[in-house]
Amino acid sequence: MKNLLTILPLLAVVILVHYLTSATDTMYYLTQLTMSAYYALLIIGLCVLMGYAGQISLGHAGFFAIGGYLSASLTTHNLIPYQDNALLAFLESSGMLVSGHDLYGEALLVVSPWAACLVAVSSAAVIAYFIGIPVLKLKGHYLAMATLGFGIIIYRIVLALEYFGEADGISEVPAFVLLPGLSVSGNFSDRVQNYYIAWGVLLFAMVLLLNLIDSRVGRALRGIHGSEEAADAMGVNTSRFKLQTFVLSAVFAAIAGVFLTHYNGGIGPSEAGVMKSVRYVAIVAVGGMAHLWGTLLMGVVLTFLSLRGVFGSYDDAVFGIVLILIMLFAPNGILSLNIRHRIKTIFGRGKKRREEEV
Amino acid sequence: MLKIRNLASGYGKIKVLKNLSLHVDAGEIVTIIGANGAGKTTLLSTIAGLVTANSGEAEFKGTDILKTKAAAIPGLGCVMVPEGRQVFATMTVEENLLLGGHVVQKQGKDFIAGLMEHQYELFPILRDRKNQLAGTLSGGEQQMLAMGRALMAKPSLVMMDEPSTGLAPLIVREIFQIIVRLRDEGNTVLLVEQNAHAALGIADRGYVLETGKVILQGPAEDLLANNDVQRAYLGREKND
Repeated sequence: MKNLLTILPLLAVVILVHYLTSATDTMYYLTQLTMSAYYALLIIGLCVLMGYAGQISLGHAGFFAIGGYLSASLTTHNLIPYQDNALLAFLESSGMLVSGHDLYGEALLVVSPWAACLVAVSSAAVIAYFIGIPVLKLKGHYLAMATLGFGIIIYRIVLALEYFGEADGISEVPAFVLLPGLSVSGNFSDRVQNYYIAWGVLLFAMVLLLNLIDSRVGRALRGIHGSEEAADAMGVNTSRFKLQTFVLSAVFAAIAGVFLTHYNGGIGPSEAGVMKSVRYVAIVAVGGMAHLWGTLLMGVVLTFLSLRGVFGSYDDAVFGIVLILIMLFAPNGILSLNIRHRIKTIFGRGKKRREEEV
Repeated sequence: MLKIRNLASGYGKIKVLKNLSLHVDAGEIVTIIGANGAGKTTLLSTIAGLVTANSGEAEFKGTDILKTKAAAIPGLGCVMVPEGRQVFATMTVEENLLLGGHVVQKQGKDFIAGLMEHQYELFPILRDRKNQLAGTLSGGEQQMLAMGRALMAKPSLVMMDEPSTGLAPLIVREIFQIIVRLRDEGNTVLLVEQNAHAALGIADRGYVLETGKVILQGPAEDLLANNDVQRAYLGREKND
């Protein structure tokens, strides 16, 4: 309940931004803000895994891609040739398929977005579970390398399989009708609606995570971060908690992938790229690791700037530099920077030096 | 309460404990003394499930704890105060205590609040430092926090690994007085110490460990009076 109240100011900001953009005739910003919200969803999930449970993952773009690619391929691949299959008939009768016509008027039979979304997200969860069991036994650099390897494998799979469109990715992904009249799609007329859907999902996720880290589970996670052995000695089942958090963050990533793919109307292999994973980790670090609000803020701001093309072709380089600067000057995140104190010490040092000279 | 028979344990090829047997009865303070490398910490870690035993038996209130996962052992009522405190430095004192109560949290808020109150009464300094990060406490305060954290699990057996390490003599005395008070309140304590004199001073029974074996055991007074113990661990000859 308390956490429900803390997000109200953010909700006010979201609404304010909508009115500001509509008043200044800059509604096009809402498109990038919508996309940023979905990336931020992945990033706050990663924040709980990295900042609270202390487990790094350099493979979260992989989970994003599993979500996005599965829902994209299921909702676009025509199933007409397999129509006689008994399984398909069953799926059709249970309402999991939708039929229609493609651009050229051919009959089209595809999986419905809801069913595809469920398949995509649960696949990501199952994969995270089975990857997590062996991988989470590793620590530090070894864990980073293992998850990096996982990310590379996913990237190579989507790049190599014809089913996933190889280097072209998948396009013409249909709209995801959440409720009648409410759909995730890139249609111009749905822009405002999608802005609120994305931020609604993000705020809902935020409340969930804030509640989680306030609870017994959150305390246990921070204990694991502090010292795994000591947490074990307190009766915290460390391996189970780590695995559950890993799966949770993978689910967040997959949901972000599903929604963003429907919003963009497609997905390409760059979404699965290793640099994407590095970027997510960098943003969590910039946000302050164990700091959900800082991570949310930085996630939205940095991805927004990146999507607006502010960094030009230096995009990845900018994130690399940001990561280095943060690690050097503000290892606890930007929000932890006590700027007044910093200025004081700089001036204080200057004064001392002058005194010495005298 | 705790029965250990012919326990052998160690790290990989290095065998630390060889055929070790001991028992702890309810309501007593049992101390294990010995030099560096005798296997004291390995013994506690094996009981706590952090180190896997090679052979032997260990039974806690009728449960075979060698086959129990480390995280499940505190739930049985056997909690360790680890060597070097190991408080969660980035969490507040209160959060440390709450995390200590992880296994009893299901008993409800009032139960936890009561337990917290009890720890604050035992260690008044912790109440003053409630909202302070545990990493900023002094060594003695951290030791008290580690003890309070362990007691939050409402254990029937508390195992303490070298609580006197790195503490001023005055603080050590205070800690040991609290251990006696814990026993008087009906707790059972298994105390591992290098400070043999202080440990035997408060214990009911003691075991002397040397290179992974029990070489002497008996009532604490007998051990204190024992010639060999005096020479080896108390640093004085008997006939002076």
